[in-house]
Order: sequence, then C-alpha cells, then structure tokens
Amino acid sequence: MSLEIGGQTLPSRLFLGTGGLPRVSLVDPLLAAAEPALVTVSMRRTSSPAEGGLLATLQRAGIRLLPNTAGCLSAGEAVLTAELAREALGTDWVKLEVIGDETSLLPDVVELLDAAEQLVRRGFTVLPYTNDDPVVARRLVDAGCAAVMPLGSPIGSGLGVLNPHAIEAVRAAVDVPVVLDAGVGTASDAALAMELGCDAVLVATAVTRAEDPVTMARAMRLAVEAGLLARGAGRIPRRASARASSPTTGRVR
Amino acid sequence: MTTIRLNGEVVAVTAVTVADLLALRLDHRRPSGVAVAVNAQVVPRDDWSRHALVDGDVVELVTAVQGG
Repeated sequence: MSLEIGGQTLPSRLFLGTGGLPRVSLVDPLLAAAEPALVTVSMRRTSSPAEGGLLATLQRAGIRLLPNTAGCLSAGEAVLTAELAREALGTDWVKLEVIGDETSLLPDVVELLDAAEQLVRRGFTVLPYTNDDPVVARRLVDAGCAAVMPLGSPIGSGLGVLNPHAIEAVRAAVDVPVVLDAGVGTASDAALAMELGCDAVLVATAVTRAEDPVTMARAMRLAVEAGLLARGAGRIPRRASARASSPTTGRVR
Repeated sequence: MTTIRLNGEVVAVTAVTVADLLALRLDHRRPSGVAVAVNAQVVPRDDWSRHALVDGDVVELVTAVQGG
C-alpha cells in the first residue's frame, strides 16, 4: 500500500531532512540506508559558486526534493521563499514552515494558514509543518493542503511523540496524509508515529546528528516499516493486569 | 555603477541586468539551482538577461542548502 500525496505516488514512507548534515559525502550512503521518499532542503542566500555542493549531489542522486521555508516568521516571507524554491528547483512542492519565534520554533498558525491559502492559490502542493492540533489540521486541509505535518515535539529536541493522543486526533480529523514532523530522536519514535496512524515520518537531525548517521538512517527505515506493519496487524488491547499466555490447565503439582 | 541591496548588503555593481549580476557573483549568467527575487518578486530564469537593475533595487539571490 503506497503513499500518495498531491497525486504523486511516493516510494517510501520516510522523509529525510538534510539539516545538520555534517558533510556532503554522507548523502549517497544515507540515501542508500534510508531509502527515503524525498529529502528536504532549505533556501538560503548565496554569494559564491561553491555553495551548491549539496544540491548538485542530491540532483545527481535523482531523489525528489522538498524545499522548506524554515526560519520564515511571516506569511509574506514564506510565500516568497516558496516562490524562489519553485524557480530554483523546479518543484511545486513545499514544506511550509512559519514559526512564531526562534526560541520555541513552534508554528505561528495564523501566519501558517494565511501562507497555505496563498500558496495553494498559486498552484503549490503544500505540506505544512503544524502543531499537534486537530482543529488547525482541519483548517489547513480546508485551505487545500495536500498533507499535514504535525510535530511530535519541538524541532531538534529528540523528545519523540510527547502527546500520542493528539497525533491520533490529527489523524482522525483529516483525510489527507499525516506526516509526523519534528521531535523524532530515535527509531522507536518513528515506529510509534506509524503505529499511531501517521502515513509517513520525517527525520532530520535524529539521523544527521546521530553518532553513526548511516546506521541510524537504516534503523529509521526499518522502524517506519515495522510501525506500519504493527498498525496493520492490530495490537492487543492494553490491560491493567496480567493475563497468562501459557495454558492454565494441566500444570504439574 | 548601480547601487542595490544584495542579500541584505548595500553594494555598488557594474551589472546592468540580473544575468550580469549572476556572472559577477556566481561566475555564470545562468547558474542552475538558484533563484532571484527583485523587490520581492521572483525574476524567472528566462528573464534574467533582460531584467534591468536600477538604483535601490532589493535583490535576493538564493540556492538550496541543507535543512530539515
């Protein structure tokens, strides 16, 4: 069962962020280990020809690019950044981030919704980074977003999914793919996100800043697959007390 | 000379068009993987060689870098 976003079928349910990548030479081994559906990049000012090393490497690898609007504090900044990304990279897809401040890095949902509406009107496939709030998620879908990307916990925190019930509520509130974004620290966090009903997981620094990024990339791929399988398999209900699994009859006395 | 604000910095450049500016800064008139906005409007790649820069233009020149 493959994942479809904005009319495109994606080959995997793992999205890989390149933020925190210690060196460009890691790109190929990370792509081989993670087998991601796409990788994210940021748009930043450039003033020298040497700064395109990462992009050239990604383009050679032929991986789908998802530019983000990281760092934007207003709808206006985010829309211009998305327009620049479309022109530079030739993709209508954008991971829309509009943050409220540079300390919490939490979404400013008022600006986010404004930017989403503008970008949808301009023909973008919008994947917004948002709170774990089902009401906001529904508003973003009403605005025409192709997916929603709720945070598990603050960006870069590695705290995992702090409110599993909220992620389940987002899943139940919308009929577009839900991509767990932000907060993943290790493989079990990614597996949990999938078990909760997410359609995909985005990991960035959990991989790029791990002691062994390539091994962690492989762990994330397996975790996403394991979580999806476990969800489909139907877990046993939680119980407050024990229930024997061995036969209760025929015991030696 | 034309005085513009390039990526937040006021500079005087000999460039007449966006393509001239790219040649000055990135050694190429049509570099791949970059985009240009003048006064908060994206200048499409096909217009770079004819879009004239004037004094006071605010120019953003960006490319893709690592980011989550």
